[in-house]
Amino acid sequence: MTDLTSLTLADARDQLKSRAISSVELTRAHLAAIERARGLNAFVAVTVDKALAMAEASDARLAKGEGGALEGLPIGIKDLYATEGVHTQACSHILDGFRPEYESTVTANLWRDGAVMLGKLNMDEFAMGSSNETSYYGPVASPWLPPNWSADQARAALGDKGKRGLLAPGGSSGGSSSAVAAHLCLAATASDTGGSIRQPAAFTGIVGIKPTYGRCSRWGMVAFASSLDQAGPLARTVRDAAIMLRSMAGPDAKDSTCSTEPVPDYEAAVGRSVKGLTIGVPKEYRLDGMNPEIEALWAKGAEWLRAAGAKVVDVSLPNTRHALPAYYIVAPAEASSNLARYDGVRYGLREPASEIVDLYEKTRARGFGAEVRRRLMIGTYVLSAGYYDAYYVRAQKIRTLIKRDFEIAFANGVDAILTPATPSAAFAIGDKSSADPVEMYLNDVFTVTVNMAGLPGIVTPAGLSAEGLPLGLQLIGRPFDEETLFAIGAALEQAAGRTKLPAPWWA
Amino acid sequence: MSVDLAAVRRIAHLARIGVTDAELPHLQGEINAILAFVEALGEVDVEGVEPMTSVTPMRLPMREDVVTDGEIVRKVLANAPLTEDGFFLVPTVLE
Amino acid sequence: MTTASAGAKLLKGATGDWEVVIGLEVHAQVTSKAKLFSGASTEFGGEPNAHVSLVDAAMPGMLPVINRECVAQAVRTGLALKALINKRSTFDRKNYFYPDLPQGYQISQYKSPIVGEGEILVDLTPDYSIKVGIERLHLEQDAGKSVHDLSPTMSFVDLNRSGVALMEIVSKPDMRSADEAKAYVSKLRTILRYIGSCDGDMEKGNLRADVNVSVRRPGAPFGTRCEIKNVNSIRFIGQAIDTEARRQIEIIEDGGTIKQETRLFDPVRGETRSMRSKEEAHDYRYFPDPDLLPLEFDDEWIDALSAYLPELPDVKKARFIADYKLSAYDASVIVAERETADFFESAVNHGGVKRDAKAVANWLMGDLSAQANAQGVGVVDAGLSAASLATLVDLIGEGVISGKIAKDLLVMLLGPDRGADPRSLVEARGLKQVTDVGAIDSAVDAVIAANPDKAEQAKTKPGMLGWFVGQVMKATGGKANPQAVSDALKARLGL
Repeated sequence: MTDLTSLTLADARDQLKSRAISSVELTRAHLAAIERARGLNAFVAVTVDKALAMAEASDARLAKGEGGALEGLPIGIKDLYATEGVHTQACSHILDGFRPEYESTVTANLWRDGAVMLGKLNMDEFAMGSSNETSYYGPVASPWLPPNWSADQARAALGDKGKRGLLAPGGSSGGSSSAVAAHLCLAATASDTGGSIRQPAAFTGIVGIKPTYGRCSRWGMVAFASSLDQAGPLARTVRDAAIMLRSMAGPDAKDSTCSTEPVPDYEAAVGRSVKGLTIGVPKEYRLDGMNPEIEALWAKGAEWLRAAGAKVVDVSLPNTRHALPAYYIVAPAEASSNLARYDGVRYGLREPASEIVDLYEKTRARGFGAEVRRRLMIGTYVLSAGYYDAYYVRAQKIRTLIKRDFEIAFANGVDAILTPATPSAAFAIGDKSSADPVEMYLNDVFTVTVNMAGLPGIVTPAGLSAEGLPLGLQLIGRPFDEETLFAIGAALEQAAGRTKLPAPWWA
Repeated sequence: MSVDLAAVRRIAHLARIGVTDAELPHLQGEINAILAFVEALGEVDVEGVEPMTSVTPMRLPMREDVVTDGEIVRKVLANAPLTEDGFFLVPTVLE
Repeated sequence: MTTASAGAKLLKGATGDWEVVIGLEVHAQVTSKAKLFSGASTEFGGEPNAHVSLVDAAMPGMLPVINRECVAQAVRTGLALKALINKRSTFDRKNYFYPDLPQGYQISQYKSPIVGEGEILVDLTPDYSIKVGIERLHLEQDAGKSVHDLSPTMSFVDLNRSGVALMEIVSKPDMRSADEAKAYVSKLRTILRYIGSCDGDMEKGNLRADVNVSVRRPGAPFGTRCEIKNVNSIRFIGQAIDTEARRQIEIIEDGGTIKQETRLFDPVRGETRSMRSKEEAHDYRYFPDPDLLPLEFDDEWIDALSAYLPELPDVKKARFIADYKLSAYDASVIVAERETADFFESAVNHGGVKRDAKAVANWLMGDLSAQANAQGVGVVDAGLSAASLATLVDLIGEGVISGKIAKDLLVMLLGPDRGADPRSLVEARGLKQVTDVGAIDSAVDAVIAANPDKAEQAKTKPGMLGWFVGQVMKATGGKANPQAVSDALKARLGL
């Protein structure tokens, strides 16, 4: 970590504007940090030339006193986003060699505002996973040292392709969380279908927000589950996340589900008083056998907000416990259809075959990893004749009930809902890749309701576990009220104190 | 509900994912574990509840009938594994 | 032509009479400039994969946005079919793998279509019609095209058609003969062409039908049906039905049972055959497309579309019968194409005068239609304007030319003198009818003088008069007024 990579996005922005630093310097510093951190495996493609060319162009604009909201700021892009002419594979083998001829709306918005692309970030294959272990490009290590590990021990483990014993950075946006926490980029794009922004944020001690469904365009973002997928940023501070989201979000005529609402100045909400706000605490999130550390952190969060002048009330979200099983019907069902286009005909991997059905079956068997294949089969099954009503329709009805729970809570005057982010701190790579896939799925238990109801949710770091690992809290807001989440998130951030991210033992 | 081996084979074929007979029992176990996990949903009272069709309160936006796209053969074919004379090529489709 | 009595529609089998039951699913390509969910052109033909957007090629992360005009066309069609318009409908994905289906699913409307039940009045004879119920109409995407005959080992995929909007119009099983089914498709085609929602070009595949056929004993419950896929001409629809009904009757009469299946009609061999590949456990796994929201619109929009609907063929036919005193037959022939009906009306009313509608209809359906047929074009495109047809009828009515000369005049106007004003042409070519009594009398005298024996015979055989009229007409180059000639002959011959 150099002085330049230790800057927050907001500070870097201000220093670029005042010409105290240049974008080229800032970009070079990050490229160097990426080079030193290869062992973490956070990036799957580094676009050095593109980064420097964009930085030079930014410097030229800044010199003229011009430039957008992110002018000259180097960031990383999750491999899920189509970036023209650049590696875009959603970290799947089936998209082998795919270089899109188009740019996703979210990344185009970022470049419009002057951001500089450092490269593409590792992720779980097609965003299916909670530990970044399903990536075709291998697991990503968290910059956090496993409890009681020495730096030497960890460095040695980096050399192992499986990275066993090192901590998972969460998933599916594990490359994004690791890179941001390790100061390899000022911020990163991520995406969240069941918790893929928020769980990695919690695991690595950074900030992540999944905005309201429809806030960011999905055009050019490789689809996993269309009714749940939403883009969002990972950053080291609430303010940085607010700055990023403002550029990423916005109307897009190319996405029928994208909101036409104008994007507010989220940064202005950071620092806004939370006095008089009502914070709901849902009793159904208190699970049997809950980790006492998590429970204590949750209570502390409520206490901080009370101290900041908010009113904390109990709320009930009675259908919470149905959310995760319903999610594991809806998401695979949509995925089974969304991923049908990967057939070896128009792009990506094609396995040799003399007949078309054989080509499909071989290409898809080899191109998709085990977790993706499993979910595609579950999704195919729950949509198939005779099972559709019992599974898919029922799950969508339960989704209506989950959404209704939130609507009632908000109608009763709650401004935001405070919950834990994850059931535990980060676990080690390899620890949960056991025979039972459901064990891994349980990681999303607190986050998935938010996707099911299409609501915005932010995770902010709230402290460290007894073992010294970061823990996060989640705030769930009203539809399109991300501003309140940024305001309360900033209050939590202030009360908890910014989590001190690990020193670069990996370099 | 749970699936037998024949059902696993059928699902894999519907999803066009080649599986070997050796893989079937393992897949069956995993699928049944997930089905057991979602089984509890069967007990939820969903009487009279509308299934969700969209999570946003928006209306479907409509495009004007104007040709704004196409005529980009190069881009369409750029990533194709095999093409000839502007066509995508696939092994023979048996009718 | 089918007659009104139900008995005549029955098919004779070895063991008795059979009734055939037919329902049709017509796929009509929606007339629009751009595709249903992308901005690529719908133009027919073009280089392979030219009219293809990244959405049509199902690139990763691409999303559909619906074309308003395609929705409007479906609503217009629904209104023309007197059908229920659903102000809220949804799009579903029909999932299956095929190389010309890039997304791996077709976006269609399964559970709630944009148009519900309606009906069509199908004319079987000019004055006998049956009502055929419409079950539903929905919007869906067309697939691309796989060309199998360019290589022995490879299929060539062209996505130009991929994503073009189709309307699937499903009838109730209300038809009882091949003739009824053919009449239904032609009436449906007429309606679609009237409102401009589909050009009905069956050669280009813009209108094609899946035909459901079953047979039963009269009065018995429906039999098991077979679906004959993708029949692309009205003639073939009739042949396919007859062939399939015969096949089914034979099987049942031989003690067999009909297996519900998808079949293909081979017009060369005149048989239907099973499409076994299609039988392979299709499970389309329909579910609502999560990339699209429910399609919703209000009454105001429907009313606006309704206000601009043209007069529909049934209403037009009734009006032509009432206002122009046309026969039911003439009216139904003339209203079959909207352009023909418009041409007829503007000819009848040309210049603000209402002329003899029956005469206009006769010329339109007679000589003009024959000439147009010979050219291989429609009457409207034969080269005669409605104004010229009106003038031609006027010239006859005014006695300026004879009907015989008018026929010649028409040939001139469609050929060497295309575009000429008929009145000036008559003048210039000296085609005016001779009504001068003196001239006619001398011609009559000359003919009688040249044929004294025949003149003698005529006195006892008045039937000879026609022969004399013909001779005089010939002598005057056809320009004499035949009535005047006849009168003069009668006087001279003392008839």
